[in-house]
Amino acid sequence: MNAQTAITEGHADTPKGNYLTNGSTLASWLLTKDHKRIAIMYLISVSVFFMMGGLYAATIRLELLTPASDLVETATYNKVFTQHGILMIFFFLIPSIPAILGNFLLPLMIGAKDLALPRINLLSLYIYWLGGGLTLFALMQGGVDTGWTFYTPYSTTFSNSFVMFVGLGIFINGFSSILTGLNFIVTIHTMRAPGMTWFRMPLFVWAHYATSLVMILGTPVVAITVLLLAIERATHVGIFDPSIGGDPILFQHMFWFYSHPAVYIMILPGMGVISELISNFSRKKVFGYEFIAFSSIAIAVFGFLVWGHHMFVSGQSIYAGMVFSFLTMVVAVPSAIKMFNWTATLYKGSISFDTPMLYAIGFMGLFLIGGLTGLFLGAIGLTVHLTDTYFVVAHFHYVMVGGQVIAYLGGIHYWWPKMTGRMYSEFWGKISAMLVFVGFNLTFFPQFILGYQGMPRRYAAYPEELQVLNIFSTAGASVLGIGLIMPAIYLTHSLIFGKKAGDNPWMHPGLEWRTSSPPPTENFDVMPVVTWEAYEFGEESGLDLEGAKRRDAAGVA
Amino acid sequence: MQNTTWVPLFPDQASTFAWQVDALYFYLIAVSVAFTIPIVVAIFFFALKYRETEKYATPEEMHGSMLLETVWSIIPFVISMTIFIGGALVYFNQYTPPEDAMEVYVVGKQWMWKAQHQTGQREINELHVPVGRKVKLTMTTEDVLHDFSIPAFRTKADVVPGRYTYMWFEATKPGKYHLYCAEYCGLNHSGMVGWIYVMEQRDFDNWLSGSVSGQTPVEMGKDLFTNKLGCASCHAGGPAQRGAKLEGIYNHDVKLVGGATVKADEQYIRNSILNPSSQVVEGFQPIMPTFKGQVTEEQLNALVAYIKSLSPNAAASTAAMPATPAANANTPAANKPAAKPAANANK
Repeated sequence: MNAQTAITEGHADTPKGNYLTNGSTLASWLLTKDHKRIAIMYLISVSVFFMMGGLYAATIRLELLTPASDLVETATYNKVFTQHGILMIFFFLIPSIPAILGNFLLPLMIGAKDLALPRINLLSLYIYWLGGGLTLFALMQGGVDTGWTFYTPYSTTFSNSFVMFVGLGIFINGFSSILTGLNFIVTIHTMRAPGMTWFRMPLFVWAHYATSLVMILGTPVVAITVLLLAIERATHVGIFDPSIGGDPILFQHMFWFYSHPAVYIMILPGMGVISELISNFSRKKVFGYEFIAFSSIAIAVFGFLVWGHHMFVSGQSIYAGMVFSFLTMVVAVPSAIKMFNWTATLYKGSISFDTPMLYAIGFMGLFLIGGLTGLFLGAIGLTVHLTDTYFVVAHFHYVMVGGQVIAYLGGIHYWWPKMTGRMYSEFWGKISAMLVFVGFNLTFFPQFILGYQGMPRRYAAYPEELQVLNIFSTAGASVLGIGLIMPAIYLTHSLIFGKKAGDNPWMHPGLEWRTSSPPPTENFDVMPVVTWEAYEFGEESGLDLEGAKRRDAAGVA
Repeated sequence: MQNTTWVPLFPDQASTFAWQVDALYFYLIAVSVAFTIPIVVAIFFFALKYRETEKYATPEEMHGSMLLETVWSIIPFVISMTIFIGGALVYFNQYTPPEDAMEVYVVGKQWMWKAQHQTGQREINELHVPVGRKVKLTMTTEDVLHDFSIPAFRTKADVVPGRYTYMWFEATKPGKYHLYCAEYCGLNHSGMVGWIYVMEQRDFDNWLSGSVSGQTPVEMGKDLFTNKLGCASCHAGGPAQRGAKLEGIYNHDVKLVGGATVKADEQYIRNSILNPSSQVVEGFQPIMPTFKGQVTEEQLNALVAYIKSLSPNAAASTAAMPATPAANANTPAANKPAAKPAANANK
């Protein structure tokens, strides 16, 4: 016990203030400018949306247990899958890693006191609440049944649901993304600690830089699109509706011009988390640092040029289809580069299998399948058969859940001791990671086969011969559901009963581990000066490895 | 017919490009396996071999390798290009309807498919086609987007309001195959399904002669043109007419006011009926009223078919005429395909 207090230099037992204890009134939270408190508020809000989206997902899988449309009415089913998509994409996947982990860690990782624009950061949270609140209000009023893609002319003319309200919610929420992206870019450019050069930044920061570019450049387009949709619905000026002189394909172009890059808003931060996890839990500098960093930028840039691959069967010219197919194949290469470099990072490492690393390894397997099936869908001749089927559903869940959600969970576990000062239960963490992996595969792998069979998306009822695979899928979903509920329980439990985490429980070299857990409001007691490269695990980067070994020995004894 | 294994893995191969799509699929599965196995084996091998033996060890640093990076950038790029080329070839084939195909008009509508053969037969949520003949579908919709999807033929195409889209296929195996609407279209989207019946030519001829045929599209169009809509009062031909001459224009270039030239295809004819003043032929006044809202999509199809029939040399497509009409004329229902389910029976 003596050894331990010596190592942690009193942080653990002297009641030194941290960001959590710095004010406990509601106002001290709602009016805070501390990026860490804002991140915690995001964590709570995003989790609420995730749970709601999950309930919708459960309803979808239960309905599809039987071929007939029998659990809920078809009209209800249409709203359920629409709202599952809207909540998960706009209010969970897009903000999750950037607004929670990015917000919390980005200033810590580059040695800054806060984000460059703290008030803007709080504003982006309020905007997120406003957009989310409006959307929830619309869902409670009666919901929306257009599919999350809002394709015209159904969404402008034919749907009698609350399209305008939800559109307004998404429109407002977009500004939250734009402000967060702007804030990150300014912070990375101006707030790096002395010695924190661009190529000493953790890859998590690079990934967020790339993500922020996409947020700033892409999100305005969806705002414009939603605005045009509202104008057409309200005033009947022909923009997208052919019966009044508009063009429905124009909507698809504008929608996907944002929504394809939005896929990269969702996955790039996840890739950043995985780079951290793989490198840190192998205790080895990531292989091909520059290639991983620049492949993030390449993905962000090329991501803007492939939107037409969502429209291969929509009646666009076959030559446009070929160009978009070509560019889609090109964008696969930077993802492949990341995959190879992560694998090579393991080579001759010192690999430990704590819960975050289990998620990272799971990510590699699932993202591999998600990425490769993206090639199936990029091969135009094949995608004519596969598009709008469950193959697509399976593919984007492999990328979004198998990629982004897994990375998010891995990241939450990894940085939990930093965020809360407590360790989660490693035993339950591993069980839940494995349940998520098994349940996820059982849910979505059968859907590839269903898709090749031709089962269309967004069907409340389906032919009887497809039932067996749907039963597998629903069974898997229940395992996945249990795996996802468990962290909510044991993480909350750890807040009170968890073992106190030291400042650097993993003995990793990132700057975020060189301050106390949880960090003080101003992040660092003294401004750090960086003299080491990224991912240097030896004592020369200032890690007290011998001390950590003594601490462990004392803990065991 | 759907195969009846416990877990069906593949839909039937029932069109000329089914095997091409399947070949592409197998190629991609092979590529995926070829990438997945080495990576997964490497991950497991490294994870076991280099697992932590000493806490907080500091393995030797490695900075990456330009050679490796180059190799594993170029190999995926080259492979992805082979996939691109394969996909593009199949795609070109799928979406280039042949000249000599038998034409069928399809109109999507919340929530049913209406088809009309050149010989006048109409079907709802069903489509009967002969085996071994190229069939081209000219499609549009009365309301929202739909998508005509036939998994057994490995093809589909969106149906877009306000324009024509096309798909084609040549069925290779008689049978009954699923037809789905694959683009979300509202409440009863999952009920907008039906069957494609592929029949031997002889059975198809019997079906044609046995099913009640109304007017053919050309006849119906002519009726609309001369009587119901009164187009003929301006467009009947002759030098003194107020409307442009329509004989022989199909698939020919037309000079417009303002100097532009446009090819008089189906889209142009359709647009000239609905939006007459947008593309006025040189030498005429923009005096034609719009017929938007006055004609249904099926009537439009009929008008277009009639106007096309005024250009006998350009209209290459053949109607779905029975091969030997006389021989079958008196055997109405003898060879009709068995157990034809009622329209909409399949949910």
